[in-house]
Amino acid sequence: MSTLLEVTNLTVEYPTRFGIFTAIENINLSIKAGEIHGLVGESGAGKSTIGAAIIGLLSSPGYVASGDVKLHGESLRQLSDAEYHKLRGAKISMIFQDPQTSLNPLLTIEDQMVETIRQHAKISYSEAFAQAVSLLEEVGLEDVETRIQEYPHQFSGGMRQRVVIALALCTNPDLIIADEPTTALDVSVQKQILALVRTMADERGVGIILITHDIGVIAEITDNVTVLRGGRLKEEGPTAEVLGNPQHEYTKALMAAVPRLEVRLDRFTNIVKDETTNALGSDWKIPGASADFATEWLLKSTREVSQNVDPIMTIKNLDVTFYSERPFAFAKREGFKALKDISLDVVKGEILGVIGESGSGKSTLAKSIVGLVNPSAGEIRFDGDVLPQGSKRSRKDPIRRKVQMVFQDPYSSLNNRRKVYDIIAEPIRFFGLAVSKEETRKIVASVLELVEMPHRAMLQYPHQFSGGQRQRIAVARALVAKPEFLICDEPTSALDVSIQAQILNLLKDLQQTFGMTILFISHNLAVVRQMSDRIVVLKNGVLVEKSSAEDFFNAPQDNYSRKLLHETPSLELLNQTQG
Amino acid sequence: MLSNIKANWKRASIENEFLYLFLHNRVAQVAAFVAFVSIVGALFAPLIAPTDPYDLKSFSILDNFLPPAWTEMGEAKFLIGTDDQGRDLLSSILYGTRLSLIVGLSAMIFAAILGTSLGLAAGYFGGKFDAVVMRVADVQLSLPAILTALLVDGIARGILPREQHEDLLIVVLTVAIGLSLWVNFARVARASTFVERNKEYVQADEIMGLHPLRIMLVSILPNIMGPLLVIGTVDLAVAVLLESTLSFLGVGVPPNQPSLGTLIRIGTEYIFSGEWWIVVFPSMTLVIMIVSVNILGDFIRDVLNPRLR
Repeated sequence: MSTLLEVTNLTVEYPTRFGIFTAIENINLSIKAGEIHGLVGESGAGKSTIGAAIIGLLSSPGYVASGDVKLHGESLRQLSDAEYHKLRGAKISMIFQDPQTSLNPLLTIEDQMVETIRQHAKISYSEAFAQAVSLLEEVGLEDVETRIQEYPHQFSGGMRQRVVIALALCTNPDLIIADEPTTALDVSVQKQILALVRTMADERGVGIILITHDIGVIAEITDNVTVLRGGRLKEEGPTAEVLGNPQHEYTKALMAAVPRLEVRLDRFTNIVKDETTNALGSDWKIPGASADFATEWLLKSTREVSQNVDPIMTIKNLDVTFYSERPFAFAKREGFKALKDISLDVVKGEILGVIGESGSGKSTLAKSIVGLVNPSAGEIRFDGDVLPQGSKRSRKDPIRRKVQMVFQDPYSSLNNRRKVYDIIAEPIRFFGLAVSKEETRKIVASVLELVEMPHRAMLQYPHQFSGGQRQRIAVARALVAKPEFLICDEPTSALDVSIQAQILNLLKDLQQTFGMTILFISHNLAVVRQMSDRIVVLKNGVLVEKSSAEDFFNAPQDNYSRKLLHETPSLELLNQTQG
Repeated sequence: MLSNIKANWKRASIENEFLYLFLHNRVAQVAAFVAFVSIVGALFAPLIAPTDPYDLKSFSILDNFLPPAWTEMGEAKFLIGTDDQGRDLLSSILYGTRLSLIVGLSAMIFAAILGTSLGLAAGYFGGKFDAVVMRVADVQLSLPAILTALLVDGIARGILPREQHEDLLIVVLTVAIGLSLWVNFARVARASTFVERNKEYVQADEIMGLHPLRIMLVSILPNIMGPLLVIGTVDLAVAVLLESTLSFLGVGVPPNQPSLGTLIRIGTEYIFSGEWWIVVFPSMTLVIMIVSVNILGDFIRDVLNPRLR
C-alpha cells in the first residue's frame, strides 16, 4: 500500500519570554492507509503538537521551523490558510479527548452532522440526512432515527464519543488524528471505542494517528508505534517489536513503570528520572533534619494511641443519598442514592483496594469516612468507637488527625498561594504536634526528605513543582499528622506512568515502615493489583465483591468484576514475548 | 555590584510574568506614570502648591477670573489662572485631587472590606445566608450608585447635629460612596469562593477540622485576590467619579475645601462667559486620572486572567 502521510524532520518552535522553546524536533513519521499509528509519551513529549502541526492548527505563537508534511505526496506546508481549511475535514479529521467539549451543546446531533456533510459536499438536505443516519449506524448507535434529534447532553460519554467519530467520518477523510480519544472514558467504554477505531481502519482504509499516554491502548490496537520524550523521537517500529523487545533505555524504563494486571511486584524498578527535579540549591539544609529523624518522629506516638482493635475500621450498612434542590417550594426533593447498604471491614495494617468505574461511589465512600459527606443511614466505627458523621463530627474530634487523605489531583489539592512549608506545617500547628517553631521546621524538612524532596522545597510555592513532586508534597502533608489510617483517592490517576510508579513505590515504602492502614481507591485495576492486599468492588453504589487480591485477580466471583478485568487493556502481547 | 543588580533585574524581568508583560506594554506604562504623578502630586500638594486654597488669607477676591499665565491678561503668579474667588487654580486642583483621591480610596477600601467579607462568607457557607446577602445585593444593585450615596448623605445630614456637619462631611461622603460600591466586591468574591471552595485543598483543610474563619481568610482569600484587585482599580475610578459627581451636585465635600467636582461645578457657571479655564483644567485632570486608573485596571485584569491573553 502506498504511503498516505509522510512527516520528515518536522520541528516546531514556540517563542516564549524565556527564549525559543523547541516543542518537537526532527520528527519522522510515515503512515499507510488502513494503518493505526500510535504516538506514545508522557506529558510534554510533544504528542499533541505533532497532531496539531499535521492538521495545521498549531496554537499561536507556535510555528513549523523546518521539515515537511506530505499527504499523498503533496506538501502541506505550501498551502495557504484557506486551502488548509478546505483540506481539514475533507482529507484530515480530528477526534478530541473530551466528547463533552468537542460537540456543540446547543445543536442537535442532526444539525451538527448534516451541516458538516453539506459543508463539504454539494448535496440536498435529505441526502445528507440519510448519510448522517447511515454513519451513526456504522459507529454503533442504536435507534438512530429518533436519537439523531437529541442534544449532546442526552448521550452518555461513550455514545458521545461515537458521535464524534461519526462526525469525523462525515467527509470520508483519508487520515484521522485521534488525540487521547478514550482517556475521559471508563474502561468498558474504552474497549468498545477502541474496537470501533480498529474497524474504521480496517474497513474504510483510513490512516489513523492515535495519540495516547496509555501503553495498554497502544498494545491493544496499534500496528506501529512511535515513542516520544521531550519532543524527540526515541524509538519507532511495529508495535509488537517495540513493546515486546524495547531497544531504547527510555522505552524499557517506561515499560517497566506500567503496572501489570498479571503479576504483583514488590517495587517498580528501572524508574525514569524526573527531569524537572530541582537541582538548584539542593545543598540547602535544615540542620539536624533527616529522613531518619522523620521516621523516628512519625513512629514515636502513632503506636501508643491505638488499642490494637482488629479490624481498625468497620463500616455497617452505610447509605448515602444526595438530594437535588427542590424544583419548586413544596415539591418533594429527588434523592439519588450514591451508596447503598455498604458493609466492610478494614483490617489493621492492610491496604484495601476499592475498585469502581466513575459514578460507582468510590469517592463518596472516602468522603463519608472523613466526614465531608453526611450518610443517611449506617455507622462507621474506628478502633471500636462509633464515629460522629458528616457535620455532626466536631472540629476537635481526634479522628480528624488519625484519618488523613491524599487527593486525586495534586494541582487542586495544594493551595497555590501558600509556601510548601506552610502547607505541611498546618497539620503540625493545628494538632499541636511540635513545641517550637524550630521543631516544626525540622519536622517539615525531615518529612520532605522522607518523600524524597530537597529541604529547599519548603521555601517554594506549589506551582514551581511538577505533578509528581506536588503529589509527594501532598503525601508529606498527610503524613505529618501521624495518621493511622490513610485514604488515597486515585492518587496517581493525574500523573504520568513513570511518576505513578515513583509515587506507588513511595506509598508502599511508607506503609511498610509505619504500618499504616491504607484505603486505596482507583479505577485502574493494574494499579490496585500492585498495591492491595484485599479488594472490594463497587458498582453504582453497591458493593458487588469482597475478596483477597490474589483471589480477585485469579478467579473473580462476580460477573461485573470479570467484565472489568476482561476489559482492562492488557499487555498480553508483552507476556507472550517476555514470558 | 551594579552588574549584579543589573543581572538580577534582567532575570526578574523575564521570570516575573507581571513585570515582563508590564515592560512590554507601553500603554500600561504611560497609565502607571500618570497615576503615579497624580498620586505624588496629591500626596505632596501642601509642598508643591504655590498657595493654600483652604486659607482665606492667602488669596484675594481682586485676583478673581485671571486667565492662564500664557494669555494676554494672565499673571505669572497664577500659572493656569484663578477662579471666581481669586484662588490659584493650580493649587486648587492639587488640593482637590488630593481630596478626591482620599475620599475615593477610602470609599473603595471600605467597600472592598465590606463586600469581600460578605461575599466570601456567602460563597463559603451558601444556603440561607447566601440567599439573604445576595438578595440585599440585588436590591442595592437596582438603585443607581448616585442615589444610594445621596440617600446616605441625606440621612446623615438629618441625624447629625448641624455644627458637626462640616467635620463629618467627608466621612459621611466616604461611607455613602462605599455603601453604593460594595455589591461588586461581594458578587465577585462570592463567585470566586464558589469555585475555590470545591477544590481539594479546601477539603483537606475541612477534613483536618480547621476553623471556617481560618479556611476563608488564610486559604481561600489569597486565591481570590486577583479578580478582587481588578474590581478594586475599576471601583477606585468609579469612587473618584462619584465623589466628583456628588460635589458637583453640591452635596459632597464642604464648600471651603474644593474637590475636583466642586471646581468643575464652579467652572460650569462661567463656561459661557469666557472663563473657560476654570472648568477645562479640573475636568482634564479628572479625565486623565480616571482613564489612566482604568487602563491600569484593565492591564491587571489581562495579566491575572490567562483566558484573555
